[in-house]
Amino acid sequence: MDVAAILSILEGTIRLSTPLLLACLAGLFSERAGVFDIGLEGKMLIAAFFSAAVAALAGSAWVGLAAGVAAALVLAVIHGLASITFRGNQLIAGVAINFLAAGLTVLVAENWFRLGGRTPSLSGEARFQGLTLPLTETLAGVPLLGPFWGTVISGHALLAYLAFLAVPATWWILYRTRFGLRLRAVGENPAAVDTAGISVVALRYAAVMICGLLCGLAGVYLATALSAGFVKDMSGGRGFIALAALIFAKWRPWSAMGATLLFGFLQSVATRFPRLDLGIVVVPAQFIDALPYLLTVVILAGFVGKAIPPRAGGTAYVKEHG
Amino acid sequence: MDLAVIGGGPAAAAPRPPAIELRGISKAFGSVQANRNISIRVERGTIHGIVGENGAGKSTLMSILYGFYRADAGEILIDGRPTPIPDSQAAIRAGIGMVFQHFKLVENFTVLENIVLGAEEGHLLAPSLAKARRALTALAHDHELQVDPDAVVEELSVGHQQRVEILKALYRKAEILILDEPTGVLTPAEADHLFRILANLRAEGKTIILITHKLREIMAATDRVSVMRRGEMVATRRTAETSPEELAELMVGRKVLLQVEKGPARPGPAVLEVENLRVRDTRGVERLKGVSFTVRAGEILGIAGVAGNGQSELLEVLGGFAAGQGRVRLNGVALDLTGRRSDGQTRRAAGIAHVPEDRQRLGLIMDFAAWENIAFGYHHDPAYQRNRLVMDNAAVLAATRGKLARFDVRPPDPWLAARNFSGGNQQKLVLAREIERDPELLLVGQPTRGVDIGAVEFIHRRLIALRDAGRAILLVSVELDEILGLADRIAVMFDGRIMGERDPAETDERELGLLMAGVVPGARNGAA
Amino acid sequence: MQPLPKWADATLVPLLSILIAFAISGVVILAIGKDPVEATKVMVTGALGSTYGWGYTLYYATSFTFTGLAVAVAFHAGLFNIGGEGQATLGGLGVALVLLHMAWPHWSLALLAAMAGAMAFGAAWALLPAWLQARRGSHIVITTIMFNFIAAALLNYILVNVLRPTGQMDPATARFAADLALPKLHEMLGWLGIPFARRTPANLGLVVALAAAVLVWGLLWHTRLGFQLRAFGKSEPAARYAGISPVRVTLYAMLISGALAGLMAVNTVMGEQQRLVMNAAGGAGFIGIAVALMGRSHPLGVVLAALLFGFLYQGGAEMAIWMQIPRELIVVIQALVILFTGALDNMVRMPVAWAFRLLRGGR
Repeated sequence: MDVAAILSILEGTIRLSTPLLLACLAGLFSERAGVFDIGLEGKMLIAAFFSAAVAALAGSAWVGLAAGVAAALVLAVIHGLASITFRGNQLIAGVAINFLAAGLTVLVAENWFRLGGRTPSLSGEARFQGLTLPLTETLAGVPLLGPFWGTVISGHALLAYLAFLAVPATWWILYRTRFGLRLRAVGENPAAVDTAGISVVALRYAAVMICGLLCGLAGVYLATALSAGFVKDMSGGRGFIALAALIFAKWRPWSAMGATLLFGFLQSVATRFPRLDLGIVVVPAQFIDALPYLLTVVILAGFVGKAIPPRAGGTAYVKEHG
Repeated sequence: MDLAVIGGGPAAAAPRPPAIELRGISKAFGSVQANRNISIRVERGTIHGIVGENGAGKSTLMSILYGFYRADAGEILIDGRPTPIPDSQAAIRAGIGMVFQHFKLVENFTVLENIVLGAEEGHLLAPSLAKARRALTALAHDHELQVDPDAVVEELSVGHQQRVEILKALYRKAEILILDEPTGVLTPAEADHLFRILANLRAEGKTIILITHKLREIMAATDRVSVMRRGEMVATRRTAETSPEELAELMVGRKVLLQVEKGPARPGPAVLEVENLRVRDTRGVERLKGVSFTVRAGEILGIAGVAGNGQSELLEVLGGFAAGQGRVRLNGVALDLTGRRSDGQTRRAAGIAHVPEDRQRLGLIMDFAAWENIAFGYHHDPAYQRNRLVMDNAAVLAATRGKLARFDVRPPDPWLAARNFSGGNQQKLVLAREIERDPELLLVGQPTRGVDIGAVEFIHRRLIALRDAGRAILLVSVELDEILGLADRIAVMFDGRIMGERDPAETDERELGLLMAGVVPGARNGAA
Repeated sequence: MQPLPKWADATLVPLLSILIAFAISGVVILAIGKDPVEATKVMVTGALGSTYGWGYTLYYATSFTFTGLAVAVAFHAGLFNIGGEGQATLGGLGVALVLLHMAWPHWSLALLAAMAGAMAFGAAWALLPAWLQARRGSHIVITTIMFNFIAAALLNYILVNVLRPTGQMDPATARFAADLALPKLHEMLGWLGIPFARRTPANLGLVVALAAAVLVWGLLWHTRLGFQLRAFGKSEPAARYAGISPVRVTLYAMLISGALAGLMAVNTVMGEQQRLVMNAAGGAGFIGIAVALMGRSHPLGVVLAALLFGFLYQGGAEMAIWMQIPRELIVVIQALVILFTGALDNMVRMPVAWAFRLLRGGR
C-alpha cells in the first residue's frame, strides 16, 4: 500500500465519520438526559431527503440545511411527545420514527420528483463544497505533513469541521455549564431534578431537540456534502452504527469521537477494498460491513469493559410518593 | 433511646401569624380521596409532628405543600399570606425545604454537585460550585452537618446522605423544613443526632414539620402534634398535654390492643441452623459478615435492627435467591448456598416458605389475578398440574377460593388483579399462599408494613398459631414493638452481624436500641 | 384512577389507535394529491374483492402471524425482540439447507424437516442475544438490532460466495426440487370443493401459522413455562423470589421467539419462492412489531392484526399499480400503527378513560 492510498483512506475516514459523529453526539444528548433514541436513523434519513429536495428546488445548500434540520426536529418532537409527554415506550417510539422516515421520504420524493424515490442530483450552490483550509498552499511542499494537511485535513465541507468542533463543545456544555449538570442529573435521577424545582419535561425536551438538530445536520451532510442528492434508504444503518459508537464510547463525548473515527475508518477501508487481501486470508467486504455491529456486541457483552448507561435511561418520569 | 432532653420547647403564644396555615386542602387520586378538607396551623419556631397510619395521607399533604402535587381544593398561607404553590420551585421560593423518605439525590454526583443542582448562579458551573463550597463549610460548622463536599453520594452512609438532603434545603435558605419519616433508615444514635440538629434549627427560629408513625419520636421531639386518619385531620394537641395512648387511639379511631396475646413457647429440636453466613452484594461489599443462629421448632426468632443492616440479604439467601457462604442446615440437612444447585423452588420443596419484606416487589405479581398469585412460586406443585405439560388452572382457582375465604381476603374474587387489593389484603394473599403449605420453616419479613390495624391483629394471630403448631418462624421486622410482642427470642443485627441475643421478657427498648446501634451494653465493645 | 374495563383496553383502545393511524394516512394520501376514498376502494377491491386478492392477503398475513407471534412471546417475557428480521432471514437459510442438501421422498416429510430447520436456525440466531442479556446484561434491543445487520451481511456472503450455483448471476440458491412444493391454498380448498384463484402464493403455511397461534396461546396460559415467562415479564425480582430462573426464562422465551420468526421462511422460502434469495425476510420481521403491538400480544389479536397488515400489503400493491401511490405508503401506515398502538398508547387511552368516568356519572 502506498502513501497515496493511506492518505485516501484517512481522508475517507474523516468524510465517513462525520455523519456518524454528528448522530452519535445527537444520541449522547438524548440518552444522557434519560431518553433512549433508536430513531437516530430515521431523523437522519428525513433530514437527508428534505435537505436534498429543498436544496434542489431552491438552488441553495443553506436553504436545504434549514429544511433538513426542520424535518428532523419535527420527528424529534414526535419522539418527545411519545416518550416524555405521554410516557410511552421510548424504544417503540424510535422504531416508529425509523419507519415513518423510511416511508415518507420515498412517498414525498416520488410525488415531488417522479425519479423513483430519489431527488435530482445536486451541483454547485445546492451542495456543500469542500473548503480549502489556510496553510494548504504553504505546507504543500513539506513532505508527509503537506499531503496530509492538503488531503486528509483540508478540503472537507463546513459541516465536517462543525462536527469535530461539536466534540469539545459538547464536553464543555456537559461538564462546565448549569445546563449540562441538570442534563446529566435528569438522566440519572429525574426525581432529584424535579424536587430541586427544575422541570424534568422541559430539560428532556431540550435534550431531544438538540438530538434532532444534530441528527438533522448529519442527514444534511449525507445528502448535500457526502453525496449529491437523496436516494432511498441512504442513511443505510448509520443511525445504528452511531448508536453502537455511543455505547462503545460509554456516553462520553471524546470517546464518541474516537469510536466514530474507528467505524468511519472501517467504512473507508471497506469502500476502497471490497475484498481485503491480508495475505493469509481474504477478508470479505461483508465482514467489514458487519464489523461495527460485531464490535458493539462484543462491547455490550462486557468483555471489553462494561458499558453502563444513564440510570434513568429508557423510563418516563412519573412523580411518586415519598 | 434518650430523646427526652429535646422535648418541651418554646411554645409561647406568638402574636405573629403562623409559619404555615393550610385551609381546606383536598386531593383525590382517581377514586381514592387521599386528603379531605384538611386545615392546620403550624406556628413559627416550633417542631410540629404529624402522625398517622400508613396511607393516612401524611405524605400526600406534605407533597402538596412542597408543590409536588397540586391540591384539588384549598389554600396555603405562608406567614399569613396566601401563597399558591404550583410547583417545587414556588415552594423553594416560599422558603420550604423537604427531606423525602427516599432521598432525591443524584447518586453518582458529588455532594457539592447535588447541593448546587437547581440553585446555580448563572450559566457557568465553576462560580456556583465555589460559592457552595464556602457556604457548606459555614453550614457544617453551625449545624453539626459535616460532610466531605467532594465525596460521591453513593459512597456515603445513609445518615450522611440525609445530611446532604438537609444541607440542600438550608443552602436554599429554607425557613420551613419538612422531614418525611426521617428515622426509618437511621440507628437510634443517628436519630438522636438528627433530633439535636432539628432542635438547633428550631432555636434559630426555623419551623420544622416532622412526619412519622413512631409515637416515641413525637413525644420526645415535638412541640405540637397533629393526627391524620384516612385522609382527614382528626386532632391537634400540645405534645405536653397528650399521651402515646391517646395518639394511638386517635390514629386508628378506636382503642388499640398494643399487646399480642400468646402463650409460652414450647420449643422443640433445632429446625434451622445457620453458621458463619456471609454474603457479598453485586459491588463486592460484604453485607453479612458471619452470622450464626438457630431457630427451633415451635418458636419465633425475631431479628431486630435498623433497615439495611443485612436483614434483607439474610432473607434472600435463606429464601434461595441470593448466594452466600457458610453453613445452613434445615432439619440437619445442609442447604446449597451457592445458588448453583438451588433456587426458590428447591427451598420451597425443602419446606421453607417465605413471606418477603416487600410484597409488591417480590411477593406478588401485581398484574396477575389472585388465583395466579396463589400458584406463584408453587406452580410446580403436582396438585396444580393436569399432566406433565399442562397446568390445571381449575384446580388453582378452586384452591384460591378456599384460601380467600379462610384468610378473609376482601373482596374474595380470585379473578381480581393483585394491585386492586388493599395493602392488608395483599399481605393476606401472600400469607394464605405461604402459611397453608404447613412449612417446616417460615421466613417472614416486615409482616405488617403498610397493613391496616385490623389486619395486623389477624396476621399476628396466624403467626402465633403456626408457631403453636410446632413450626419454626424467623421474623424480621424494623418495628421493635412487633418484635417484642411476637418473638420468643430476639437477635439484633447491626452492620451484617448479630450483636446479641436477648429474651424479650428480660430486655427493653433501650437495650435493644443500643444493640441496634452496634453498642453491646456492659460487656465488651461493639464490633462496629 | 379507575382502570379501564378489560374489554375496552383490549379492543376499544387499539381500534381507536388504528382509526387515528388510518385518518392520518388519509391526510398523507390527500397531501400527495390523491383521493383517499378512491385509494381505500382500490385497496379493498384489490385485497378482498376476489379470491385472487384474498390469496395474497392471506399469504402476507401468514408471514406476519409468525413474526407477530415471535415479538408477542418475547413481549410477554418483558423482552423487546427487534431481531425478528434477522431470525427470519436465518430461518430461510435453515429451510434452504434442509431442502437443498437432503433428498426427501415426499413434501410432507420435507415440510417437517424444513420447519425443524427454520426453527433451529431462527432460534440459534436469537440464542446469542438472549444469552448476552441473561448472563451479561447486554440490552437485547441493541444486540438484536446488531444481529439483524450481521444476518444481512452473513446471508449476503453465503449467497454470493457459497450457495450460488456456478454460472448464476443473481445471488440466490438453486431452486428446490419441484415435488417438494407445498400445497397451495387453492389445491387445499379444492379438496373441499371450494373454488379459489390458482395463481396466488397462499399455501399450507397458513395452517402452520394458525396452529402456531393456538400453540402459543396454550403455552402462555396453560403451561408452567408460560406461567413463568409471563411472571418474569411482569417482575424480574418477584420471579427470582419464586424460584424462576431469569437465565432460563430469557433463553426459552427468545428461543421460542426466534423459532417462530424463523418459521416464517416455511411460508415464503418453501411455500412461495422455492429458493433462497437476498433479503428474503423483506421487512416482515419488523412488521411483526406492529402486529404484536396492535394485537396486544395475544395470539388471537396477533392473527387479526396480521390479517389487517396482509390486507394493507396486498391493497398497497394494488394501489401502487392502479393509482401510482408508492408502496412505501404501507411503511408509513405501519409506522403510524406502531406509533399510536405502541408509543402513544397513553394519548389514546387517557381520553377513553376520561369518557368512561363521565359515562359512569361519577368522578
